[in-house]
Amino acid sequence: MKKHTIVALVQDRPGVLSRVVGLIRRRGYNIESLAVGHSETPGVSRMTIVVEWEDVEQVVKQLYRLIEVLKVSDVTNDPIVEREMALMKLHAPPSKRPEIVALTEVFDAKIVDVGANTMVIEMTGSPAKVQNFVDVIRPYGIKEMMRTGRIAMVRGARGHNAEEYVENANGHAERVPVMN
Amino acid sequence: MSEKRTGAQVMCEALIRNGVEVMFGIPGGAIMPFYHAMWEYRDKLRHVLCRHEQGAGHAAEGYARATGRLGVCIGTSGPGATNLVTPIADAMMDSVPLLAITGQVASHVLGKDAFQETDITGITMPITKHNYLVKRAEDLPYVFEEAIYIATTGRPGPVLIDVTKDAQQATIVPDWNIKLDLPGYKPNYRPNLKQVREAIKLILSAKKPLIIAGHGIIMSGAVEELRAFAERTRIPVITTLHGIGAFPEDHPLSIGMPGMHGWVHVNRAIQECDVLFNIGGRFDDRVTGKASTFAPNAKVIHVDIDPSEIGKNVKVTVPIVADARLALQAFLNEFPPDNEAFAELHGHASDWMEHIREMQAKHQPKQQYLNRADTENMSLPPHDVYAALTKALNSRGNYRVVTDVGQHQMWAAQLIDWYRPRTHITSGGAGTMGFAVPAALGVAIAHPNDTVWVICGDGGFQMTNQEMATIVQEGIKNIKIAVINNGYLGMVRQWQELFENKRYSGTPLSGPDFAKLAEAYYWKGITVEHTSQVEAAIEEAYATDGPVLIDFRVEREVNVFPMVPQNKSISEMILESPHRS
Ligand SMILES: Cc1ncc(C[n+]2csc(CCOP(=O)(O)OP(=O)(O)O)c2C)c(N)n1
Ligand SMILES: [Mg+2]
Repeated sequence: MKKHTIVALVQDRPGVLSRVVGLIRRRGYNIESLAVGHSETPGVSRMTIVVEWEDVEQVVKQLYRLIEVLKVSDVTNDPIVEREMALMKLHAPPSKRPEIVALTEVFDAKIVDVGANTMVIEMTGSPAKVQNFVDVIRPYGIKEMMRTGRIAMVRGARGHNAEEYVENANGHAERVPVMN
Repeated sequence: MSEKRTGAQVMCEALIRNGVEVMFGIPGGAIMPFYHAMWEYRDKLRHVLCRHEQGAGHAAEGYARATGRLGVCIGTSGPGATNLVTPIADAMMDSVPLLAITGQVASHVLGKDAFQETDITGITMPITKHNYLVKRAEDLPYVFEEAIYIATTGRPGPVLIDVTKDAQQATIVPDWNIKLDLPGYKPNYRPNLKQVREAIKLILSAKKPLIIAGHGIIMSGAVEELRAFAERTRIPVITTLHGIGAFPEDHPLSIGMPGMHGWVHVNRAIQECDVLFNIGGRFDDRVTGKASTFAPNAKVIHVDIDPSEIGKNVKVTVPIVADARLALQAFLNEFPPDNEAFAELHGHASDWMEHIREMQAKHQPKQQYLNRADTENMSLPPHDVYAALTKALNSRGNYRVVTDVGQHQMWAAQLIDWYRPRTHITSGGAGTMGFAVPAALGVAIAHPNDTVWVICGDGGFQMTNQEMATIVQEGIKNIKIAVINNGYLGMVRQWQELFENKRYSGTPLSGPDFAKLAEAYYWKGITVEHTSQVEAAIEEAYATDGPVLIDFRVEREVNVFPMVPQNKSISEMILESPHRS
């Protein structure tokens, strides 16, 4: 099964995250990562979901059945910028610090806290680069780690601006009467 | 307009504004303010007190299925709400416009395991089209408007509104100036004409075309358009279980029901056809059998209002997302005006129909099925009940038939002659036993001048028959129940007979004397044990001015044929029990 990256714009209403997650859970798929936050448009949240799916088209269609979902796309094969952030608390006795500092510099990571025997490092980059850094740093002893999961954006003019969806929303859609 | 109202009054007014006239429910602590308020509105808003919330839900479904209008059911928090779960799931599977209103504990105790607190919005999330938890009275006008709009438009479905007790009690000045904010909900009713023209090309070039008419025809009110389409093209018409009534069975182009208990000639025709035009059906697995083997030679045109149905089970050549009626109108408009263009199609279609009729004559058509030799020594074969009932329905007219789930349901679909939409009401997608008696209550209220026949099994009848008391309390007289009493959970027993070496594990079933039970409910009860008594019993049911139950004690081990075993190709039909001749 192939990993897919899905970008969804959703109305920011109570329960919307539950609904999206429930729809994926129903099919017994495991979500690898899911990031939710505000979009550029007030009232609209943006999600990036990474999951291994067989029939992505069906799942995308199912997601559209949710009332709050404005736009869903599978951007796996699109030209995209993907980013992920990780915070790592390392076992870092003074003797190991120079090596760790050198590595963080090579990877463009940041040291955001230094304790007696620990360091907290912030690493941001493409998911592959973050993974690389984690692999390299692991031998020093990661005491804690939190990864945000990936967020994605299509390069260039094409993309997922939410405003057009919200603007078109005013008033009732067509109501076709039942004739029997 | 700017007068003060309680939240509960707002709920009543919102329902009345949206044309609701009847609701089915049971009160309790968390919904009491709503009950208190509805008393003031009782002239416009009839409340039917049911005996179980499941009954209330199915009754609301029956009302909705028989009319196309919104059905409304009510329960209190906790167990009242969870008892509504089955009818909500049932309505979801069959696209029934249903509004479930539940009371919820006060907002300040939400999440604290208060008395009768259940997270019903969480529970019903996957079985509703949408649902709401309302904690402020100010939100009620908007939420009711939006909920009803969602339930009744696009592909209809159930919507649940859970209202906290304090929101029902609070006093507000309601703002009825409502502008729906639904950027993510835009059902597409009008077909893409390019796709329609593409489909017409395909149809005109077909040699063995078929139409599958599904529930969408009935829900969108496209019966006339379907008939015009079929007559213009002369393509044979199949009606699915929920498509029954979408096309009259006495029409020369009607060929009947497909699928697990469909007719042999219909399933064979599907396997042979080259163009399959499915309008308003969702290729349910009870229709397709093993989907990968379904209609192997066909290019498929699929019209559905729900884009997620297209390509879900069967590969589609021309997808059309649209309302069935508007789609058929578009076809009729876009058809070439001259009959010349149809000449070739008509030629092929008539040869094709001749071939289908030949298959039909060979393989268990309705009549042959009714007169099966192996029923000769039975004192009451179930088929005799259906034959007599069909005769009565046809001669008297003005009927609705509500069936439950099991063998009796499939016999009803197969053996009764169906002509009109919304005359055959059943639980299809969910297959909910216990559906029929309460659903009939809703149907009878919707159509007081029709005779509503319930056909149910002894199993399903024993699940929800307490609504017989509701029927009496409401003064409803136009319901007649036929229990096809075979002393078994018959459909399961049939599978055990055919596929599990007759190990009747958990299927033999006893019951009370149903006629006496009916009498205890102040109904007329009749017991029939022999074919010779059937017609007289049905006559008596009609002659009685009130609800009647007939306990038809039929032969116990009769099977529904034809049958396609689960997940087999629809080419593999069983036509009779192996141990019978
Ligand atoms: C609520 C529910 N429970 C179980 C089933 C499984 N089931 C399907 S048909 C059937 C037998 C129904 O028996 P009965 O009502 O006597 O009808 P018959 O098949 O004998 O005509 C059962 C148990 C179901 N469909 N619904
Ligand atoms: Mg039975």
